[in-house]
Amino acid sequence: MADFLMPSLGADMEAGRLVEWRVKPGDRVERGDIIAVIETDKAAIDVEVWETGTVEALLVEEGTRVPVGTPLARIGSGAATGPVAAPPEPQAETPSAPGPPPLEAVPASERPSLPTSAPAPPPTGRLRVTPLARVRAEELGIDLARVRGTGVEGAITQADVERAASSAPAEPPVGEEPARTLTRPEPAAPPSPAGAPEARSTALRRAIAAAMSRSNRDIPHYYLSMAVDLSSTLSWIERTNQQRPVAERLLPAALFVRAVALATREVPEMNGHYLDGEFRQAEAAHVGFAVAVPGGGLIAPAILEADRKSLGDVMADLRGLVSRARAGTLRSSELSDPTITISSLGERGGVDAVFGIINPPQVALVGFGNIVDRPWAEGGLVGARRQVTLSLSGDHRVSDGHRGSLFLAAIDRLLRNPEQL
Amino acid sequence: MTAGGTRQLQYRVAMREAMREALLADERVFLMGEDVGAYGGCFAVSLGLFEEFGPERIRDTPLSELAFVGAGIGAALGGMRPIVEIMTVNFSLLALDQILNNAATLSHMSGGQFAIPLVIRIPTGGGRQLAAQHSHSLEGWYAHIPGLRVLAPATVEDARGMLAPALADPNPVLIFEHVLLYNVEEEVPLEPATVDIASAAIRRGGRDVSLITYGGSLPLVLEAAAELATAGIDAEVIDLRVLRPLDERTVLESVTRTHRAVVVDEGWRSGSLSAEISARIMERAFFDLDAPVQRICSVEVPVPYAQQLEEAARPRASEVVRVARALVEGRPVDG
Repeated sequence: MADFLMPSLGADMEAGRLVEWRVKPGDRVERGDIIAVIETDKAAIDVEVWETGTVEALLVEEGTRVPVGTPLARIGSGAATGPVAAPPEPQAETPSAPGPPPLEAVPASERPSLPTSAPAPPPTGRLRVTPLARVRAEELGIDLARVRGTGVEGAITQADVERAASSAPAEPPVGEEPARTLTRPEPAAPPSPAGAPEARSTALRRAIAAAMSRSNRDIPHYYLSMAVDLSSTLSWIERTNQQRPVAERLLPAALFVRAVALATREVPEMNGHYLDGEFRQAEAAHVGFAVAVPGGGLIAPAILEADRKSLGDVMADLRGLVSRARAGTLRSSELSDPTITISSLGERGGVDAVFGIINPPQVALVGFGNIVDRPWAEGGLVGARRQVTLSLSGDHRVSDGHRGSLFLAAIDRLLRNPEQL
Repeated sequence: MTAGGTRQLQYRVAMREAMREALLADERVFLMGEDVGAYGGCFAVSLGLFEEFGPERIRDTPLSELAFVGAGIGAALGGMRPIVEIMTVNFSLLALDQILNNAATLSHMSGGQFAIPLVIRIPTGGGRQLAAQHSHSLEGWYAHIPGLRVLAPATVEDARGMLAPALADPNPVLIFEHVLLYNVEEEVPLEPATVDIASAAIRRGGRDVSLITYGGSLPLVLEAAAELATAGIDAEVIDLRVLRPLDERTVLESVTRTHRAVVVDEGWRSGSLSAEISARIMERAFFDLDAPVQRICSVEVPVPYAQQLEEAARPRASEVVRVARALVEGRPVDG
């Protein structure tokens, strides 16, 4: 038996609204089935279940907003079950109320307990959880109150948490220490009916306001910019595109994504998250690409592992991402946790340069302005060249202008050698 | 035999060879201490050097640690490269004023104008039934003092290789030689290896638990690791080598991999080097820990003379095995 919990669909997500149940008690569910639609501040997401079994009870009503980690439904093994225990105390809050404190702040034993087959916590009444297990449980969305501890003095260890999660293996391939902040369940989500567009755009604006205010308050930004001559790069794109099917033709944005992703390998302190007073470098570059959405506002879904994908794959991802973002049907994995963001305002408005605000907990934002013809001096001669202004907003807690300039220089060099992208 | 081969070498002889090499290479090097000359050293480390280098360079001293350590500091200030041997760490306390108030501070107080290129060699530890005034492990106290570099060679290779870089260091360096290691023989390369005096070493790789130790406890910890392996527990063994400044990074990286740590230190537990290691793991690797850090230290009594009691007071391999197993298998550590 397992609980289906409110998933975390982003580092800054504290709560979500259960918009719609796609199942009812008694339904048989397979691992991977979409069983609910959950709305975050940014989008409505179809969410999969990680258990195979029978829905025994729905614990939260449609339209209710609950904190991340709250049990939403109980999934039974599928064997005949006795009478289902009464649902727990409602933990719902009204939609307009401010977000609850993160679950972490509440000792698990003080939360309403659910009927469970796990043994009772040790007689002290307080759960013993190792620091590592606590981090792991948070990553995996496991409710510690329901994990049986086998460690020293009955403490819950990493292995216990992973055992509890093992029926829902949403982990990347084993072997390497997984990147802490990047492992989250990644249910695939076909297009879904989104919430009312107007309400969503208000919520989105509110989410942007909160994140950007926090960023401006907490992150000591520094800004750098650099003019990049794209003439030969754009010619290369033209030549390449002549050999590509129309649907696979490259846009400069794909090169921007690849160049930024590869440059993070040279200056890794641009790529990752600053959490709890500490920078955690990411293992791969999940490049967020800022997209304006209808009704106003901006979201920056991630092109996952952009440093390990071909240019063609990045272009395909980018194409899909932009259209899904505008349609409000992003996959939850794309919304959670880019490790660096690109803001390219060139295609609209035609501004020269972008000096953005970093999207926390990330530590860098790379801006691209409009690509324009400008006079450009080279070898003592002035000529018209296609040029873009590349810029960096960096987090001074993690990096400095020197590293930032190396980063921009790397992007510049990569962009001018497109065959290496 | 050609270069590239190996030979059996005893720890005591390795230390003697290192001193002989230094004496031959640099006229400024000399050795002084109680009974280091005609008698060949209380642990026979300098045996033969008096005959080879004479009383000018292998100097027997009066029984005053304060005086001859002070003389060593003066000689270092005057441009010599003294090696001072103190017979046991218990006696070094008589020279603590010289070591702490002069050797460790003069460079600082002179704004860097005076270097103290002094090496002090000190036998330490118990296990030879030398009773409570000759058997303690006080190197952790010296690891408390800024201005000193504190080394604990635990292998024959380190015994052979640490003296040269210690003499080259412009600041005072203390070398602690565990008395149980002197008779240890190991296979070493014919050509002495160059070793550093800055980093810890991983003596055995493992993924289940980090056993962190140094000096005279290394052999028993390696023995424990081998026994743990038969129980399916893959222990990593870290030899600190340098007690000050600590190579924190190697320790933390290991704990980050294994998520469990046991510190084995022959010193007394309260206020010990093991306490420092444990605290740093807590400060810097808290969220990587899957079990509380454990320490295995000497029982907090003056080291007993009686053999069984002395054995019972010092860290034992069986205890390391018991505690490491309990950590990994999630059983109570005490009891």
